[in-house]
This record gives sequence, structure tokens and C-alpha cells, in this order.
Amino acid sequence: MKRSILALLVALALLAAACGDSSGGDSGNESAEGSSDGGNQSCAVADLSLFAPGRLTVATGEAVFPPWMMDDDPTNGQGFESALVYALADRMGFTRDDVDWVRTGFDQAIAPGTKPYDFNIQQFSITPDRDEVVDFSIGYYKVKQALIAYDNSPVIQATSLGDLADTKLGAAIGTTSLSYIEDFIKPSTPPAVYDTNADAKAAMDANQVDGLVFDLPTAYFITAVEIPDASIVGVLPAMSDNPEELGMLFEQDSPLVPCVNEALQSLIDDGTVASLEEQWLNQGGDIKTLSK
Amino acid sequence: MNSESPVSHGPPRLTGERGAGGIGHRWKELKVQDGARGALIAFFSTVVVFGVVTWVILSSSTWPAVRRQFFSVRHLREVWPAVWGGFALDVKMFIVAEVLILAFALLVAVIRSLRGPAFFPLRMLTIVYIDILRGIPLILLILILGFGVPALTLPGVPNDPVFWGVTALVISYSAYTSEVYRAGIESVHESQRSAARALGLTQWQALRFAILPQAVRNVVPALLNGLVSLQKDVALVSILGVREAVREAQIYNARTFNYTGLIAAAILFLIISVPAARFTDWYTARERRLRGGH
Amino acid sequence: MDEAKLRVRDLRKSFGSKVVLDGIDLDVAEHQLVCLIGSSGSGKSTLLRCVDLLEPIDSGSIWIDDEEITAPYVDPNAVRRRIGIVFQSYNLFPHMNVLDNVTLGPRRAHGIDRESAERRARELLERFGLADKVLVYPDQLSGGQQQRVAIVRALAAEPELLLLDEITAALDPELIAEVLDVIRDLKGQGLTMLLATHEMGFARDIADVVCFLDQGRILEQGPPSEIFSHPSEPRTRQFLERIIDAGRL
Repeated sequence: MKRSILALLVALALLAAACGDSSGGDSGNESAEGSSDGGNQSCAVADLSLFAPGRLTVATGEAVFPPWMMDDDPTNGQGFESALVYALADRMGFTRDDVDWVRTGFDQAIAPGTKPYDFNIQQFSITPDRDEVVDFSIGYYKVKQALIAYDNSPVIQATSLGDLADTKLGAAIGTTSLSYIEDFIKPSTPPAVYDTNADAKAAMDANQVDGLVFDLPTAYFITAVEIPDASIVGVLPAMSDNPEELGMLFEQDSPLVPCVNEALQSLIDDGTVASLEEQWLNQGGDIKTLSK
Repeated sequence: MNSESPVSHGPPRLTGERGAGGIGHRWKELKVQDGARGALIAFFSTVVVFGVVTWVILSSSTWPAVRRQFFSVRHLREVWPAVWGGFALDVKMFIVAEVLILAFALLVAVIRSLRGPAFFPLRMLTIVYIDILRGIPLILLILILGFGVPALTLPGVPNDPVFWGVTALVISYSAYTSEVYRAGIESVHESQRSAARALGLTQWQALRFAILPQAVRNVVPALLNGLVSLQKDVALVSILGVREAVREAQIYNARTFNYTGLIAAAILFLIISVPAARFTDWYTARERRLRGGH
Repeated sequence: MDEAKLRVRDLRKSFGSKVVLDGIDLDVAEHQLVCLIGSSGSGKSTLLRCVDLLEPIDSGSIWIDDEEITAPYVDPNAVRRRIGIVFQSYNLFPHMNVLDNVTLGPRRAHGIDRESAERRARELLERFGLADKVLVYPDQLSGGQQQRVAIVRALAAEPELLLLDEITAALDPELIAEVLDVIRDLKGQGLTMLLATHEMGFARDIADVVCFLDQGRILEQGPPSEIFSHPSEPRTRQFLERIIDAGRL
């Protein structure tokens, strides 16, 4: 008995020592994000350090949803993110056939370590915390949140965030939607968190939640196709001057980032991104925006 | 004349205080020395082994990244309140589930052990229940009950995921636990039953006063093992979206890509499960000692 | 002539294909002590268990006073309340102390209140030299003490008939005497008893009737003076000779 207590104390002491070291270390970034070796890095395909030389290997989710990708098939170029990737590949000098797709789960994507692909596109929001672990491209879409509910839900009449204070809301795990609920709506009951949109829908069907928050494009799609009986209550107001943006996710310190950013910026500048957004993400119609 | 009776030394004593001879004294010395030396050796070897392992880990090149991802003090501070609060829910679910399991499983085991043709349908029912509930993986059962039943939106049926998660745990674990009880009941010798019936007690009275007290006592170690296992399986309810410790850690992880919350949750679980396991070992050894007496 | 307390008529019992009781006819009069002797497997234990309705019988009948206890509508629990039985391996309840062991039957099966049950229990325990063991647990008693407690337990509810199944067979020799003394005492009190035993000397001393069981039948019965000194059946003689050779008589 005495010996095992002794062993435990020694182990705890060592553990404390190990953790104690880190408090100085991780308040700043370990390495500058995506810094290039110099401003003159060549972005020709032959010079890029790719996972598979000469090919662009792109990862996306295990089951991908409209309007980001259609028919669960990234290769068809349909859907905002699929189209964006092919436009990006083209801008960087790849042909359509040079693009390979890989599927990963969300957890695999965010795990540290080397990745079996060049970048991952899956509606990842760029946040400083995440930036310490992975690298992001520049943003390709500014996120707006929307609230959906069934017509008989108490939430359907809401016109301001204050109206939502006593409701039970839900959102998918790891999304800006969830952060929005927790940071800005702050309802008295903590929001329910789901692993997939399907689970969230099941919960709403079972009356376990009054309403769900999704990014606006996803909300459009869900109310149009998946839960036609639900409707968008409204767009949730932007709460800061820097709305969150979606970015492509890279391994930390990936040398690809500057070249991808260069291509992406040119797509933004010449309006390609805007027109893709118009084509896939805007469903038109007048949706009210809730007040703060 | 002195008629002293010879002094009786009684049976030879090994640990003689004033030495029933040289052998006893030396043996006692050896025992003390062994104890102290043993402890000293254990201490130093522990320090050396842990020291080497720690040094190897700390000096590896991936350690800083791992430390940041898994053992970050800053993230720990941020995620701790949520994980701690979630753990309180785990503990509550565990206590409620365990009480219900112990009771329900006993009921099932008793029904299964009833004798007489009149009880045949009930016995069949329990066998079917046990087979099905032991045959379905617990996680599947939780999903079926936690998502499936609320989806039916039957009137009067609760749709709270905590309720269905705990229900799934209870009916699944009860199937296993009832078999533990049954083993206990069968381990009580048939002659005990005869003795009880011979006093004029009914089947129920015999069970209640003679058989079950012994049966339960016989299987306490197995019941404790089930308890230790349940305490961890409670975390499975997280897949229903219930915000207990694991789920909170996952949520934090998904938001920040940092795993420290998971380590925090693991530590909280260990704080309960390790003492519980040690207690089980101690209790089992004690029972063996007490029973081995004859 | 005394009223027969216990009557067994043509009792038959088999376990599967093995015939254990092959037509037993037996009378035990009130206040009598009847001893069953015979080799192992001759059916003594089974006969006792059948009388106490612990085993279902195949055919035949058993009567206590004027009541046929093997009739289908009879409540076996009620019957067992009237009969006490002591087993070879004592079968005390290990999770209860001596007092609880003895009072369990009276309190739960007979509905006697705790105080009265405990009072009677203490009286009996004192009578049989176990007064200081009242709160002790069975595993702390010697075999002889445990068997005496088992006897007290069987007596606690004042049975009309006491069955004893080789109660000294599991005891060390030096402990047998104290148990046999208890039986002597009970005989002195006039309790009706049916006793299966290997202790031939004891049987010869104390029995009113000795029955020799052989292969499921009562081959011979009579007063001990007859059976032990002038057995008429050859198998009885064989059996007794074996016993004498083994130094048990």
C-alpha cells in the first residue's frame, strides 16, 4: 500500500513538472503561421511540395452536405466548395483531372500531425485557437448564422436575440453556430450539441429543441429540402466587426499556404468567388434579420 | 524441599522477545531489515524508472507539440468549468443508474430462479430479455432508445436524452448483472434451500431470508466490477448530445482543436475508477481471507 | 396401543431409473423413537426427506395423525411446520448468528413475535449447553455445537415429529457424544422421533424400534434386542457382522 502511494506521488510530481513547463510556452504561437521562406517562392506546380507531386490532394468531410457539395460527391464540381476547389486548382495551374479527393472525419481533420492531403475544405471557421494547431488559408466566405424552427415552435415569433433567452436551441459540434449561441445568445438552458445535421434534425422532430442554428447557406438547404416543414426564423445579427470566415485547413507550417492564398486572392479579386457564392449560397428571398 | 514444577515454555515462539534462543532473535532482525531495505529499493527503483521514462518523453522532438495539444495549462483553465460541470452530471447518472440496476437485476434473477411450472412464461421472458440485452452493443442501444424513441413522439413518453440514456444503461447492465446474481443464487448450496423449506418457509421466504443474503454476499466482487465498468460507460450517453464531461471536452476540442479537455475528463474519471478498483481488490481479498478460514 | 403419529404406506420413489424406495411401510407411534439402519444408498435419507415433503413421491402415501400429507390439495408448508428435521451437514444459515438461525422458522413461518421466539430459543439453547453461543456465528462453532444448534432450530417451533438424518456422521468422534446426549434428553421428554443413523450402539440403547433398510425396502424391523441379537434375515445378519467387524458395535 505504501509503495503504491509512493509511486503515485512520484508520477503526479512528474506530471506537474511536465505541465508546468507549458504555461510559458503556449501563450504565444510556436511558429509564425504560414510564413514563407521569402517573398519570391515559386508557385509553379512543379515547385510546390505537394502530398502527391504534380497532383492536388484535397480532403473533405465523410458525408458532405449541400449547398457546399452536392450528392455527396466532391468530384462533380457542384456545390460552392467543390466548385471553389476546382476554380482554385485551375488558377494554380492544375487540370481538373489532377485533383484527388480524400474523405476525413472532422476529428481526423483537426488532429495534430502530418496529413495525408494538401488541404482540407469542410466549412472550417478560422479562429485564433485553431490557428495554433493548424494553418488556414485566407477566408473564402463570411459566415452569417440563421435560426430555423418548426412553425409551432415558440421560437418562430422571435424578433430579437432577447426573445431567445429562454428557449432550448441546438447546433452542430465545432461550428460557429454553436459558438454564436454560447457567446451571443446565451440562453438560460445550455444549447444541445449534435454530431451531425441528421442528429440535430432528429432532435427537432422529437421536440427536444425549439430551434436550430446553422450557417445561412446550410439553413437554406435544410429548410428547402431536408426539413421542408421548418422555416428560417431569421438571420442572426453579426455581433462583431470581424465576422468569422471559412478557410481551408492545412497542416501547421505548410509551405503551400502562400501559393494557395495567392490563387485564392486572385479568385476573390476577379469576382469568381462572389459569383460562385451567388450561384450556390444565396437563395434570394427576404429573410428578416433579428435585432440584437 | 523445592518441588517446583518444571517451567513450561509452551509451543516454540518464532519471534521471541527475549529470544527463545538465537534463531528466534536473528529471524526477527532479518524481518525488520527486509522490510526497510525492501522499501528503500522500491523507492529508488521507482524514481529511476519514472525518471528515465519522463526524460525520454520530455526530450523527444514531438513533445512540445503534444504538450501544447494535450496538456496545456491555459486551455485547461478555460475548459475546466465545463468539464467539471459535465462530470457532475456523469456522477448523477451513474448513481441513479447503479441503484436501478442493482434492484432491477435482482428482480430479474429472482424471477429466473423461481421453480414450478406455473412460472414458466415468466422465466422464458427473463431469458429472452437477458439474451437480447446482452447481445446488443450498449452504444447501439443508447442510440436506438435515445434517438429512436423520442422520434416516435408518442404522447406521454419522455423525450429527454438523459432519461433514455440512463434507461439504456439500466436495461443493458441489468441483463449482465442479473446473470451475476443468478450465479450467486446457484452458488448457494441446495441444502440451504432444503433447510429453509424444512422450517416451513415458503419459496419466497426461503429466497428472501436464506438464499439471497448469501447469494448477494457471494457476488459482491462481481457486482463491484460492474460498478467500476458502469462508471465509465456513463460517458457513452454523450453521443445523444447530453452535455456531460466527455461531451463538453469534445465540444471544446471541436472549437479550439485542443485536446486538453479530454485529458481533464479522463483524470476526473480516474479519480473515481481507480479507488473503486482498489476497493474491489481489497474487498475481494478480504472475503477470500475470511472464507478461507475453514 | 398408541395412536400412530406417522404412517407410511407403500412408499415408492425413484430418481430417474434408479429405484430408491421400493414400497416402504412404516409406523411410528407417538413418543416412540424409531431408528433406521442400513448401508449407504439403502434409502434412509430419501425416506426422511419424503416424509418432510422435501422430495415428491412417486406413489404411496404418508399420514401424520389422521391427515394424508401426500394428498394433492395439502399445503406442504403447513405440513413442514409440524415436522422438524436435522440434516447430516447441519445446514445452519451462515449469514445469521445462532439466535437468528433458531428464531427464523418460528418468526417467519409460524408468525410468532420476535420476543417470544427469542425467549424460547434462549431456553432451548440454555438447556442444551449453548447459552453462551447465542450471538455467535456458525463458522465459529465446532461441528458438535453446530449440530446441537441445528437440533435446537428444528425444535424451536415445537414440532410434533422430529426427523434426524445421520446427524453424527459428519462429526469428529469426540463430538458425537454431546449430540447423542441431546437425543437422549429429547426421548426423555417424549418427543416422537425417526432417526437414521450409523451409530449402532446408540440405536441399540435408545431405540424403541429398529428398522433395517435394504435396497429400498424395510427388510426387518423390531425392538433392538431382537434385531441386534437375533436378526432373522440373512442380509440383516451380514450387515450387522460388517458393522461389528468395523468396530462400530
